Amino acid sequence: MAAVKETIEDVKKLEADKYKYGFTTDVDTEVAPKGLNEGIVRYISAKKDEPEWMLEWRLDALKRFQEMAEPKWAKVDYPPIDFQDISYFAAPKAGAKYESIDDVPEEILKDFEKLGIPLKEQEVLLGVKGAAASAAEARETPKVAVDAVFDSVSVVTTFKEELAKAGVIFCSISEAMRDYPELVKQYLGSVVPTTDNYYATLNSAVFSDGSFVYVPPGVRCPMELSTYFRMNAEGTGQFERTLIIADKGAYVSYLEGCTAPMRDENQLHAAVVELIALDDAEIKYSTVQNWWPGDENGKGGVYNFVTKRGDCRGKNSKISWTQVETGSAITWKYPSCVLRGENSRGEFYSIAVTNGRQQADTGTKMIHLGKGSTSRIISKGISAGRSDQTYRGLVSVHAKAEGARNFTQCDSLLIGDQCGAHTVPYVECKTPKAVLEHEATTTKLSEDQLFYARQRGLDEEAATALLVNGFVREVLQELPMEFAVEAQQLLKVSLEGSVG
Amino acid sequence: MIKINNLHCKVEAQDGEEKPILKGLSLEVPAGEVHAIMGPNGSGKSTLSYVLTGRDGYEVTQGEMDFSGEDLAELEPEERAAKGLYLSFQYPVEIPGVPTLTFLKEALNAQRTARGEEEMSAPDFLKLAREKAKAIGVSMDMLKRPVNVGFSGGEKKRMEILQALILEPKFLILDETDSGLDIDALKTVAEGVNTLRADDRGMLVITHYQRLLDYIKPDVVHIMADGRIIKSGGPELAHELEAEGYDKYLTEVA
Repeated sequence: MAAVKETIEDVKKLEADKYKYGFTTDVDTEVAPKGLNEGIVRYISAKKDEPEWMLEWRLDALKRFQEMAEPKWAKVDYPPIDFQDISYFAAPKAGAKYESIDDVPEEILKDFEKLGIPLKEQEVLLGVKGAAASAAEARETPKVAVDAVFDSVSVVTTFKEELAKAGVIFCSISEAMRDYPELVKQYLGSVVPTTDNYYATLNSAVFSDGSFVYVPPGVRCPMELSTYFRMNAEGTGQFERTLIIADKGAYVSYLEGCTAPMRDENQLHAAVVELIALDDAEIKYSTVQNWWPGDENGKGGVYNFVTKRGDCRGKNSKISWTQVETGSAITWKYPSCVLRGENSRGEFYSIAVTNGRQQADTGTKMIHLGKGSTSRIISKGISAGRSDQTYRGLVSVHAKAEGARNFTQCDSLLIGDQCGAHTVPYVECKTPKAVLEHEATTTKLSEDQLFYARQRGLDEEAATALLVNGFVREVLQELPMEFAVEAQQLLKVSLEGSVG
Repeated sequence: MIKINNLHCKVEAQDGEEKPILKGLSLEVPAGEVHAIMGPNGSGKSTLSYVLTGRDGYEVTQGEMDFSGEDLAELEPEERAAKGLYLSFQYPVEIPGVPTLTFLKEALNAQRTARGEEEMSAPDFLKLAREKAKAIGVSMDMLKRPVNVGFSGGEKKRMEILQALILEPKFLILDETDSGLDIDALKTVAEGVNTLRADDRGMLVITHYQRLLDYIKPDVVHIMADGRIIKSGGPELAHELEAEGYDKYLTEVA
């Protein structure tokens, strides 16, 4: 496991600066005045040159939002958010979207470069060519198309032409509204309606950008698609909206990564992700979330209130969520599957790490509506420092979902004696013809294991790395190869200084 | 090789209270020799193995322990391991999700790096593991499984010896390696240990019973009681003990 060693070296390098993404980029930014009102919603909509129906949709959401109350059921504790003290739109000045990579300001390119996100297609292509000694290797080093979202707007999408050849649409949602209004109109809000919940409703009113993917019938998307979210401007929130549609028999794998600069005040992130899989289609959605978690005293950090839901609308469709959650001061996130189609399948694989003063309330919902629908939930929570973590999950089997099956496994690992882990599984079953299994464990990173590994020659950090890696192995295996390595490194960095 | 002089040690119990366990233990095991320590429950045998290897919560309050000219008390557990000190655990620990091969390769290379040696490549390591596993009757399948998870008591002990064969330590402490073994497993494990006997290697065999010493023949036998060595002698001492029990020696001390 060379990654273990690399990781440890990485950790050492980072000792001075635990959160390596904590820099800000100096780029001229246009920021909307703070506050949430009809004027702001109209401003955002006008900025994006949206059709009238979109504006109406937003205004309707705003009206609903103003009548809603913030949910309090999650096991997270934070001071009230002043929604009037946030700016709901920030964009690099020179225009919303750059036509080509050459037009993107150097500062932004550098920023993404520092994050290790390759935006220059040529470089990526060259890299691939160089590495591909044989055809087999070429298949193993797939290209990744990236949609880069900087603050509120998508700045560039790579590999568009190559994707277009396969018939795959991959662009920012603003472009999609302009170029593919019928698709957007048909699917936007069809999985997460505007009134779904407090934060989703807020997002519906003010969302600024995000990614849009449509894979036509029978097409297997030729490369991994990826969005990279970066919050830069001060005092802003990020509200992106992602919509992915896999038409009949289509397949797509999508990756999402997030980082933010270190700031004293809290930044708000309220995203909505909607996935739709039609007959025999499959969507694999992976996230590595590494928003700034705040300092060790709990100052600053991102509040992450996200609604992610997939709709297995067609028969034999499949949606799989894999997430590695290491960042954010507050995480409130439940990637879910509505298993509407007959024999559809939902999967949720999660690793959540909290350290310092982080709080995470995360889990999933599997709603079984279709006959023979199946789901699998594997959740691995690691709490360290003075953090608190809750797994909250719902498995609901409706009366018509005969033959439904679910398997749930939630394991929590505690490091130190100041942290907390909680498991709150809800199970509802309205048919006698379903099989539901639930397993849960809570363990402490044991002195015995640590000493055993150290007696064999591993130092404390390497021993911890090895033990934690063992704990999350099942889930890491679900991540796309390149992401798995990144995730492994992230785990170690996140847990640095949590033992001893 | 190992020199322990007037060692006192206290152990922090679950309730936070500290209890003296070793009370002036002296012992010397030269290179090339195998010494056995026998003694009743609670005499401090396992404590000795943990103090020597540096487990947290085992505090030396007085005395010295010297390993090939180095003061052990100054070293972290992993540093002692890299210097060649190996403990075969009485209760080997399970590590879920970590394949045994991965664990051993990481451990071996951590030790080599600490000693300033070059790391062993994956193919070389695999070759070494395959060869040693075969010698002690462990299948490669078993080495691919997570460390000790789901292994029987006997399999775990066999794994402990296999690890020693691969790591090639300078000094081995075998803490009740015979417990939980049937006679066939005992023989295999003892054979593995015997292949490790060498002029430049020492061993300390901790056991309750004479049985193990029929297969691993000690040069010296020590009887331990109440945190001290109360009597030392040749292999015949173990037989005497087996026949007469500990009482005789305990009353002699009192």
